[in-house]
Amino acid sequence: MTTPTPTLPAPAYALSSEREAALLAGARKSVRTSTLKIWGLRAIIVALWLGSWEVTATYFIDPFFYSKPSQILVRLVQWFGTGTQFGSIWENLGYTVLEAVLGFVIGTVAGVVLGVLLGRSSYLAEVCSPFIKAANAVPRIVLAALFIIWFGFGISSKVATVVVLVFFAVFFNAFTGAREVDGNVVNNARILGASKSKILTSIVLPSATTWILSSLHTAFGFALIGAIVGEYAGAKKGMGMLIANAQGTFDSAGIYAGMIIVTVVALLAEMLITTAENKLLKWRPSQATTQAQGI
Amino acid sequence: MPATQVPLIELKAATKRFPKNGGGIHTAIHNVNLRVAPGEFVAVVGPTGCGKSTALSLISGLQPASDGETFVHGELVTGIPRGVGYMFQTDATLPWQTVLDNVASGPRYQGKSRTEAREQAREWVHRVGLGKFEKYYPHQLSGGMRKRVALAQTLVNEPQIMLMDEPFSALDVQTRQLMQHELLRLWSGTDAAVVFVTHDLEEAIALADRVVVMTASPATIKADFPVTLPRPRNVEEVRLTPEFLAIYRQVWESLREEVEQARMATSLGG
Repeated sequence: MTTPTPTLPAPAYALSSEREAALLAGARKSVRTSTLKIWGLRAIIVALWLGSWEVTATYFIDPFFYSKPSQILVRLVQWFGTGTQFGSIWENLGYTVLEAVLGFVIGTVAGVVLGVLLGRSSYLAEVCSPFIKAANAVPRIVLAALFIIWFGFGISSKVATVVVLVFFAVFFNAFTGAREVDGNVVNNARILGASKSKILTSIVLPSATTWILSSLHTAFGFALIGAIVGEYAGAKKGMGMLIANAQGTFDSAGIYAGMIIVTVVALLAEMLITTAENKLLKWRPSQATTQAQGI
Repeated sequence: MPATQVPLIELKAATKRFPKNGGGIHTAIHNVNLRVAPGEFVAVVGPTGCGKSTALSLISGLQPASDGETFVHGELVTGIPRGVGYMFQTDATLPWQTVLDNVASGPRYQGKSRTEAREQAREWVHRVGLGKFEKYYPHQLSGGMRKRVALAQTLVNEPQIMLMDEPFSALDVQTRQLMQHELLRLWSGTDAAVVFVTHDLEEAIALADRVVVMTASPATIKADFPVTLPRPRNVEEVRLTPEFLAIYRQVWESLREEVEQARMATSLGG
């Protein structure tokens, strides 16, 4: 009989602390190198693309029609420095963003409420299905022209355009999300004593959230498109109006500049939505943490 | 069961029919008569797919009977009766809630405050052995641990009736025996009646006071065997005793015909 020793001997697979440190440092370094490589190639692609455009537009094709990066940059500097013909760029951008956000919020709320309602009531869903299919098939962007007649050149006609675009994107996902709720989970909650309204708030809405959140990415893209098309159809302020004006004056650099600003706004919104999504869905199994290769 | 005592659960000539997909009617259970006394552990065995689970859904009030009647606490079942817990075959935990909040959902639905519900839930999370995991989400747990969550979720409401629908059938053999052991340990501290549906005869005898054999589809009750093994039982070792084997032989004799008939029906039908 051997008496148990107070300190156990290290198991055979244990590494010395230096070796362990070296392995971990190596793993960190390989992550750094691969990040560097990815960003390096990205930078090269952008440089090649803009450079070839600049050279082609300077020597071979007419920059009046096709513009070139340096001209676009000049236009951007001018807009942000001295302002546009129609007031400060921030004011114009503010209008567009305000329209997009207002329409986005209204469209999302309407889409979620109706989607969940129809998703939980097969009778209502059956009744409404042909109307919704037909409404979805309508080229809704044309409504922008109609809304100008109804609501005038102000902000409300653009918000209306945004709402009809956002609504359907959100509605279909909310509908599917509410319909696909696991019947087993609902039965379990009923047994545990949940009332109808509790089932809706504590089970149906949270499980539809995954679906709804994933629709918000496309929905905000639609919101910006809706606001710009609305302004394009007729407005006194806004990015869409600036772009339409640039087109009218054969200012191709202006069209590009407007496009770039809206793209940046869309990317920022996308980041915000992704952050919100990660916050709300933090319970999900993470997909990015696999260290499959081993060290 | 003494004749004077009102049974806790009583199925009287209960029948349940479903419309078939291709038209026609499928009878899941037919003319089922079953009485369960308070505190009794009844296992229901029968061939796979014979309609055992349907009997549970009638008792729980999730589905109404097509014919016949169901009584719980001597009252006709029309909605979900009070004091009923139900453990489903598949996971029914909410993936976006932690273990603690999943277990607390029962008391929350009953109208308790969040802190009170959590307090109650914490106790049960500890009792099922998940004390260290109360902040985990279900996807971070193993299959057996998720079953523990479901068990705590059911027990926290302190049910007088626990309906269990093949709750451990998806687990591997070792985990299943461990969970059977845990179930007996937790149940012995309550006075709840259990109706445990399974197709595993060993499991049925190891756990129950009574084993009820159901026929092949449409299911009806064929035989009812008392299990006289003493409690507390060790589910792993009780299987090796001669008493266990004697009961097993007796019940299997009755069950075998039904299993064979069910096999014939599926091989002819499919």
